[in-house]
Amino acid sequence: MIPSATERHTKRHIELTVTADDHRVARYAAAAIALTVAEAAIPSPLPGVKPGLANIVVLLVLMRHGWADAAWVSLLRVVAGSLVVGQFLAPGFFLSLTGALLSLAVLAPAMHLPRRWFGPVTLSILAAFAHIGGQVLLARLWLVPHDGVFYLVPVFATTALIFGIVNGLIVARLIIPKPSQS
Amino acid sequence: MAAPLITAIMPGRDWLSLLRPGDWLCAGIALIVVGISYPLLWQGGNAEKAVVRRDGALIAELPLTLHKRIEVDGPIGKTTIEIEPGRARVLSDPGPRQYCVRQGWLTRPNAIAICAPNHVSLSLSGPAGGAGHNDSVSY
Repeated sequence: MIPSATERHTKRHIELTVTADDHRVARYAAAAIALTVAEAAIPSPLPGVKPGLANIVVLLVLMRHGWADAAWVSLLRVVAGSLVVGQFLAPGFFLSLTGALLSLAVLAPAMHLPRRWFGPVTLSILAAFAHIGGQVLLARLWLVPHDGVFYLVPVFATTALIFGIVNGLIVARLIIPKPSQS
Repeated sequence: MAAPLITAIMPGRDWLSLLRPGDWLCAGIALIVVGISYPLLWQGGNAEKAVVRRDGALIAELPLTLHKRIEVDGPIGKTTIEIEPGRARVLSDPGPRQYCVRQGWLTRPNAIAICAPNHVSLSLSGPAGGAGHNDSVSY
């Protein structure tokens, strides 16, 4: 996707131009993947109950560089993160992917909310709920086709609220010092 | 923000200043949604009907919306069942050990009190199609 280097003098005629945008996305994605891996080490009482630290990076990218970049970072994070953790194409991967896609789908309109009134915390909360909503929905449709899944929703929703706020605050804090922003 | 970099890294005291009015609104709504989800989803659905059986045969099926007592004649006497909005219990039973009476109020779908000596059972049924296909659920 984003090759590290292409040698001019190789005999192959593959030339991949790497733009500054690619580098930027790759850097952010790397940060998000690192957070995903770090987070995988945190013991969790329930699959699905985790801080979602990588979303900090996704939101940061969303606010600084727009939705397309955020989508790249988010999806790269899901794919590469699951590869690193050894979950690629396992159920956890699809849950993660569904959550990420729904989250991006919600963020697309939400990012146009007036910035004066709605800050990163709103986006973070919405993203967190979309994330968990997508996961529960997929779990209900595919993994556990029984309404018993919804029994866990209050726990997930509580987690989404808490970490949605915390992650949002972190994003808000990280955005301030960017001199080019103000 | 005099020293932005430092305030960015240090755990500052002005975290609340990062919240904009809409954020409070959003967090408030989310909190309400979370609050509602607990009673809504942790009841396992509402019990809707009380089902009374003797020897497995249906005697009565009553909605849990009324105040009512019914008596069922069994082999060793009368079992009295009391129904109130949202709950039901075996009020009295001639059985020697009174297990079904001591179970108290049943409130959840598929909960069941069995008065074996008198061949009477009281169970609650939830919304059709839900968890109603289980033989029994113990909480």
